[in-house]
Amino acid sequence: MIRVVLPAHLRTLANVNGEVKVDVTGQPTQRLVLDALEANYPRLCGTIRDHVTKERRPFIRFFACECDLSHEPPDTPLPAAVASGAEPLLVVGAMAGG
Amino acid sequence: MSKVRLLVGTRKGAFVLTSDGKRLQWEIDGPHFAGWEIYHVKGSPADPDRLYASQTSGWFGQLIQRSNDGGKTWEPVGNQFAYDGVPGTHQWYDGTPHPWEFKRVWHLEPSLNDPDTIFSGVEDAALFRSSDGGQSWHELPGLRGHGSGPHWQPGAGGMCLHTILLDPRDPKRIFVAISAAGAFRTDDSGKTWRPINRGLKSEQIPDPNAEVGHCVHRIAMHSSRPNVLFMQKHWDVMRSDDAGESWREVSGNLPTDFGFPIEVHAHEPETIYVVPIKSDSEHFPLEGKLRVYRSRTGGNEWEALTKGLPQSDCYVNVLRDASSVDSLDTCGIYFGTTGGQVYASANAGDNWAPIVRDLPPVLSVEAQTLA
Repeated sequence: MIRVVLPAHLRTLANVNGEVKVDVTGQPTQRLVLDALEANYPRLCGTIRDHVTKERRPFIRFFACECDLSHEPPDTPLPAAVASGAEPLLVVGAMAGG
Repeated sequence: MSKVRLLVGTRKGAFVLTSDGKRLQWEIDGPHFAGWEIYHVKGSPADPDRLYASQTSGWFGQLIQRSNDGGKTWEPVGNQFAYDGVPGTHQWYDGTPHPWEFKRVWHLEPSLNDPDTIFSGVEDAALFRSSDGGQSWHELPGLRGHGSGPHWQPGAGGMCLHTILLDPRDPKRIFVAISAAGAFRTDDSGKTWRPINRGLKSEQIPDPNAEVGHCVHRIAMHSSRPNVLFMQKHWDVMRSDDAGESWREVSGNLPTDFGFPIEVHAHEPETIYVVPIKSDSEHFPLEGKLRVYRSRTGGNEWEALTKGLPQSDCYVNVLRDASSVDSLDTCGIYFGTTGGQVYASANAGDNWAPIVRDLPPVLSVEAQTLA
């Protein structure tokens, strides 16, 4: 069971409160977690990554275990603590403003 | 008794404003989709409770929301806008070829007779159609592919298809306008298109009379006379009496002919409205006075409408989709500003009053007249 924390706007869109949990078969990766997330919550399709290319949207970041995983290849295994459910994968809207 | 419902899109959400036919007291409902940019909300002429909204965000991309109950509840529908085939390139700001990239939906235009059919105008400029209530979207590629597409260039606001006019007498005829490419028309339901920009003159492009490249800001039509079109261009207010085959300037005595919206009175096809602003680099009213200008002669002769509008220290703008008219016996006209005000006139512009003063910057206003 992978724990995922979504930004507030996407929690509203997906109609969820707090963390969401998804099941992934095999070694969890960004791609597999996002595949499972979009399968469970189809409203999120296109909001985190491109519909077709599956590339991360430019102002979305993936954090876990106090590390920025945004630039990791999508098939890289997630940290063991995320895979075990000890730590969540954070989907974050990048800071912007001024 | 008749009612009026205003669908207001803002930088931070959508608002639904309702009133009875007197249009004096308004209920304000919202924000819907708080925090998201709502470029446009529009209802189906065939089913006024069927609404569509373009919801977008720099972080999370594009969503389309649909309501079946007049905006009380909403559900997201399809948000995949894939260009047909290999997208190709248009001209970038520096003159180099730039791949077509979907950014957002600027304008939604429901079919005149089918609530499940809707057109969307997007940035980078293209026209999409859905025939299943917004669940799936398919490009009408003949527009980008008609030949001049590689030469289109974005305006400062992006290369957006912002105007879609459906001809009520000829279901195969559609007009669209693109910044900064110009106006285009199809007579075969979108299979083929051609530019309709003859008579436009734009000093801001190398050939002022070019076939494409004009920054058209908005086109308006009266449903009883679909061959007559009115255009607010980057500069110049224009008129066509032959479905866009040719245009002539009708700026007349306007104090400035730069602006964004243009509207036609619901019952008087020769009565039109614009909101002039100072210039292309100063997007605010002349002298700090917010004035709507009305022509009862289809252009050239204009009168300032000021009663109830701020006549000092006003430096807001009115964007291209941020005005609308209702169709009650005494035509109501409405507009929203970048300062967050929505103004209403229940007597065709003679007197104005704000419905609400402190919304986020208003991107779009659509009026629905309800039985």
